[in-house]
Amino acid sequence: MTADAVRSDVLRPRSLSRARRPTVRASRFVLYAALLVMAAFYLTPVYVLLVTGLKGFDEVSLERMWDFPRGLSLTGFADAFDKLAPNLANSFRLVIPATLISAAIGSLNGYILAKWRFRGSEVLFPLILFGMFIPYQAILIPLLQVTRGLGVAGSIEGLILVHVVYGIPITTLIFRNYYAAIPNELIEAARVDGADFVRIYRDVLLPLSISGFVVVLIWQFTSIWNDFLFAVTLSEQSNWPVTVALNNLAGSFSVEWNVQMAGALLAALPTLLVFVFLGRYFVRGLLAGSLKG
Amino acid sequence: MLSLVLIAPSILAVAVFVYGLIGWTAFVSTTNWNDLLPDYSSAGLANFASIFDNPRFQIDLRNTTVFTVCFVAAALVVGLLLANLIDRRIRAEGFFRSVFLFPMAISFIVTGVVWKWLLTPSSGFNSLFHLDPTTNRWFTDETVIHLGSDSPVGRWLGDIGLGFLTSTNFGVPVAMLSIVLAAVWQMSGFVMALYLAGLRAIPDELREAARVDGATELRVFRHVVLPLLTPVTISAVIILGHISLKIYDLTVAMSPIGPGFGTDVPANFMWTTAFNDNQFARGAAVAVVMLVLIAIVIVPYLIWTGRREIER
Repeated sequence: MTADAVRSDVLRPRSLSRARRPTVRASRFVLYAALLVMAAFYLTPVYVLLVTGLKGFDEVSLERMWDFPRGLSLTGFADAFDKLAPNLANSFRLVIPATLISAAIGSLNGYILAKWRFRGSEVLFPLILFGMFIPYQAILIPLLQVTRGLGVAGSIEGLILVHVVYGIPITTLIFRNYYAAIPNELIEAARVDGADFVRIYRDVLLPLSISGFVVVLIWQFTSIWNDFLFAVTLSEQSNWPVTVALNNLAGSFSVEWNVQMAGALLAALPTLLVFVFLGRYFVRGLLAGSLKG
Repeated sequence: MLSLVLIAPSILAVAVFVYGLIGWTAFVSTTNWNDLLPDYSSAGLANFASIFDNPRFQIDLRNTTVFTVCFVAAALVVGLLLANLIDRRIRAEGFFRSVFLFPMAISFIVTGVVWKWLLTPSSGFNSLFHLDPTTNRWFTDETVIHLGSDSPVGRWLGDIGLGFLTSTNFGVPVAMLSIVLAAVWQMSGFVMALYLAGLRAIPDELREAARVDGATELRVFRHVVLPLLTPVTISAVIILGHISLKIYDLTVAMSPIGPGFGTDVPANFMWTTAFNDNQFARGAAVAVVMLVLIAIVIVPYLIWTGRREIER
């Protein structure tokens, strides 16, 4: 199931043609009513974020939280952007390199664990996977000492290192299952033709890896962008990514409520856009990350 | 040979950063490093005795239990419901799926900030549904629902020597339920995706056969579909369970400590103990307790999935 989850869109509607019974209109009505009620529940926070963010300061009051803004005002967003811009930049400076390095390492590990098994690799794999389930609190205190010892304490480089290392389990898992689904005959044929470890990877697997890379890149982009624990513990204030800065903004009594809401939307926007445009791949990552679909 | 050389750095990194640092945390938890400067003299199990004696940690253990049970149960029910709504050849399926799933793409911090305002008693849902803010206090409610010691059940428990079960440490903090609500909003779409994949892997012939035998839709679901979804349910419980045992960001953004520690969690206690109070050994002890709780859930699961992998 895992490999299938990565390989194809397992959520696509069933294509079997079950002869449709004479539809009971009432039950379809109840079905759509239920769907719409649930959709309204999921979209409520988005509505509040938008209408609040678009209100001017004079209109922002807790009593009128649900009302439409009378006139469009972008002051909330402008103010939030002023406050969060350096942190948004930090987030990008962190996420882009960390995501790319993670994907490269995961692809290599996955290739080896799927196609170049060695003695003990079956035991090794779950031992690596355990790393993605641990509570990071269990490594946080020594991790701070290690980043100090390596001279990367408080820096973005330090955070990149940490995310790359703790991203090894999930990226290895996704790529291993992805490559396991590629027929061994392809590898054998290339080997008969004289291809070695590097050429099989470059000429056979890599061209077939594009959607695997998309899944892993999206997964790592989203989880590193959304990380709070590592960032709040390991980075100094000037290097705070946007999650830490937003939490700080929201905890401050001097910051207007509409600015907090606009800030939350800004912090969510990059991963939301990825979801909107590449949601299919995001779902594959989700399912692959749960080991079994 | 080259393959071993190339995978070695990853293995080494995991060995050091996962297993090595866990070992170091465990060691720190047995030292006297409860001040800014490291002190590695042995404290035995004194730090564990100290945290288990701490009323705040006792409350945290209650909170994390309540949160885990409520959150996992609610997310499973909502996720299964959504999957079944979606799996009925509906129009605009992609739209509904995306609407239920998009919260998974945003951070717990954003979720916490937004839900804090949605559940602020003076505004949010209270003003939308005209609820009385003095009785609907959401995450600011300090009430802990628990058995009264003079209730019939409480007196009976006292008689058989289980009177401690009537303490608030065995109750349900109402404030925590607001965190559950936000967490379900964020994660139930993930459960839906798991169940939807599971539902669509079930061949239609199986249901059809049961229908031909005269089973009602409800019986088909209960006796054919649900049993086949058991592996999905186990996966979902494990994934949600381990996430809820280490929940941190969401409570920090929404309500870091709460009334009477009503929304405090072990992860928050660990962080403030270690990084605010510089009591690193006690913080490490909390971390070890968290790790043990999560390992109890995860290790059997990894073995189970490993076996299933080999069987195929």
